[in-house]
Amino acid sequence: MLWETIFLALREIRRNVMRSALTTLGIVIGVAAVITMVTLGNGATAQVTSEISSLGSNLLQVRPGQGPRGPGGKRSDAENLKIEDAEAISQEISGLAAVAPVFSQGAQGIYGNENWATTVNGSTNAYLSVRNWTLKKGRNFTDREMRGGRAVCILGETVRDALFGAQNPIGTTIRLEKLSCEVIGVLKSKGQSSMGTDQDDFVLIPLRTIQRRMAGTQHVQDIFISAKDGVSTTKVKADIERLIRERRHIAEDEDDNFAVQDMQEIMSTVTGTTRVLTALLGAVAAVSLLVGGIGIMNIMLVSVTERTREIGTRLAIGALEQEVLMQFLVEAVVLSCFGGLAGIALGLTAARIGAGSLGIPFIFNPGIVIIAFLFSAAVGVLFGYFPARKAARLNPIEALRHE
Amino acid sequence: MVDSHQKTTDALIELESISKVYDTGSAAMHALRGINLRIFSGEFLAVMGPSGSGKSTCMNILGCLDPPTAGSYRFKGVKVETLSRDQRAILRRHYLGFVFQGFNLLKRTTALENVELPLVYRGIPVAKRREQARQALADVGLTDWASHTTGELSGGQQQRVAIARAIVTQPDVLLADEPTGNLDSARSREVMQLLTRFNRDRGITIVMVTHESDMAAYANRQIHFADGLITQHHQGGR
Repeated sequence: MLWETIFLALREIRRNVMRSALTTLGIVIGVAAVITMVTLGNGATAQVTSEISSLGSNLLQVRPGQGPRGPGGKRSDAENLKIEDAEAISQEISGLAAVAPVFSQGAQGIYGNENWATTVNGSTNAYLSVRNWTLKKGRNFTDREMRGGRAVCILGETVRDALFGAQNPIGTTIRLEKLSCEVIGVLKSKGQSSMGTDQDDFVLIPLRTIQRRMAGTQHVQDIFISAKDGVSTTKVKADIERLIRERRHIAEDEDDNFAVQDMQEIMSTVTGTTRVLTALLGAVAAVSLLVGGIGIMNIMLVSVTERTREIGTRLAIGALEQEVLMQFLVEAVVLSCFGGLAGIALGLTAARIGAGSLGIPFIFNPGIVIIAFLFSAAVGVLFGYFPARKAARLNPIEALRHE
Repeated sequence: MVDSHQKTTDALIELESISKVYDTGSAAMHALRGINLRIFSGEFLAVMGPSGSGKSTCMNILGCLDPPTAGSYRFKGVKVETLSRDQRAILRRHYLGFVFQGFNLLKRTTALENVELPLVYRGIPVAKRREQARQALADVGLTDWASHTTGELSGGQQQRVAIARAIVTQPDVLLADEPTGNLDSARSREVMQLLTRFNRDRGITIVMVTHESDMAAYANRQIHFADGLITQHHQGGR
């Protein structure tokens, strides 16, 4: 009898192909949205994870006041890092490959008629080795340039392209806000990061230059540190924490007013963010699935009204209430399952195309496909039940008289 | 009402002081005011009367579609008023066939599938019910039209499909509500000849509502309704 009912439902759907297709459109879009969002989210997470781990597991980052947070965000007693902190770290802690204090701010880069809004990172040559940058052209900073805060700069590929196009930038002078600055090098391109930001869009100048001549500050925002191969980052982290606590005279019973993160922590922060984002996008998509269910309910109600005489005939001929209920319920479920299947196909296709154009891996997740399908079937049951019950409870006499 | 059958056989259908009151909100509407009716197996009964006289209400009660407000209805000895909605559906499924004025065939469905429909609810397997449905279509002379959809058939053909659907289950009683109401006189005659044949050859009891006295003439008994009561009985006809 169930097969009979499913067969009947299929025939009913075939009779009204256009309407059935429009009815399921909501479900199709809902399922497709859920699958696309979750698949892309998973891909982005995987991409971020692999990218961060490709930076090397030996990277550490010191940030001011990013430890335990109060309700107001940054702790009020957060103390800025200084260049001397970086120097102390590189002198007193063993097993480090490089230490790069960084201060950065946005600035307009101008050359001739061209101008480009970018980020200026102030640091030392160590920045290049810590963040795995290599020079494509030109040279590093000299010690004198770094110590004296000279106006020299190394360009990221994006900035070079925007300001110089085909010309050779080495030896020319560009302006960064009010600072005239000689171009001494160009970096090899790294391309887009998984978060969609252009990694090549920055200009590197000596730390002292940005501090004195652009920002007017003694502060450092971050200190990047890379440990030598084979050195435990856990130990280095503990050493750095001890050192900075000492330098800041933090008492035993006080919390850190700075934070040292190793790669593991940075990774879990970032992947945590992408996971939350994935879940949120998935939830929004799931709402559209519910809306799709309401669409099915609407059309089923219309269908029940339209087919009142048919229902009356079936009841007169001897159909039981539950048989009519099943007929309409199965019809709604079959419709929504079709919608689910179409949505899965559409969602996977969209996710594949999306993953390709965003440059993230396409990760097929059978779990979400099964869940989305079951969910669409459940939507059919949920929203098909009310119209089906309405059909089953019709008075056969009135139904037969219905025009 | 007294006839020779009554003493020798039990009635197939027995209505005893049946009344039906519709609650229309402001005033109660008395559609039937206590009617008594016995129908015997093999009869062909014509039910006549002006609209609003209660004949449709009576048909609905006979068809177990609507329970009476008061009175007793025995179908094959079973008290119908004590049955639940589903039990009445099962009773209809096994013992009753319906033919309607408006045919009530399923749209965009073939003649064969329409005739199969009551067999589906009886749970008869596909191959067997297809064969029975083909036979029923042959009985009404529509063998060649089996795979045509409802829309492709003329009114007379549609009513013959509906008759095939009603008799395919070999019902005890066929209830026909103005079966010729939408047909011209030639098609009406065809339909009446079919009904007469099934009544005579298969012993199917027929209760037919009609406005037309020449259709009623096919029946072997006529009753007339007026104001919710049966006012006249006529014996014979054919």
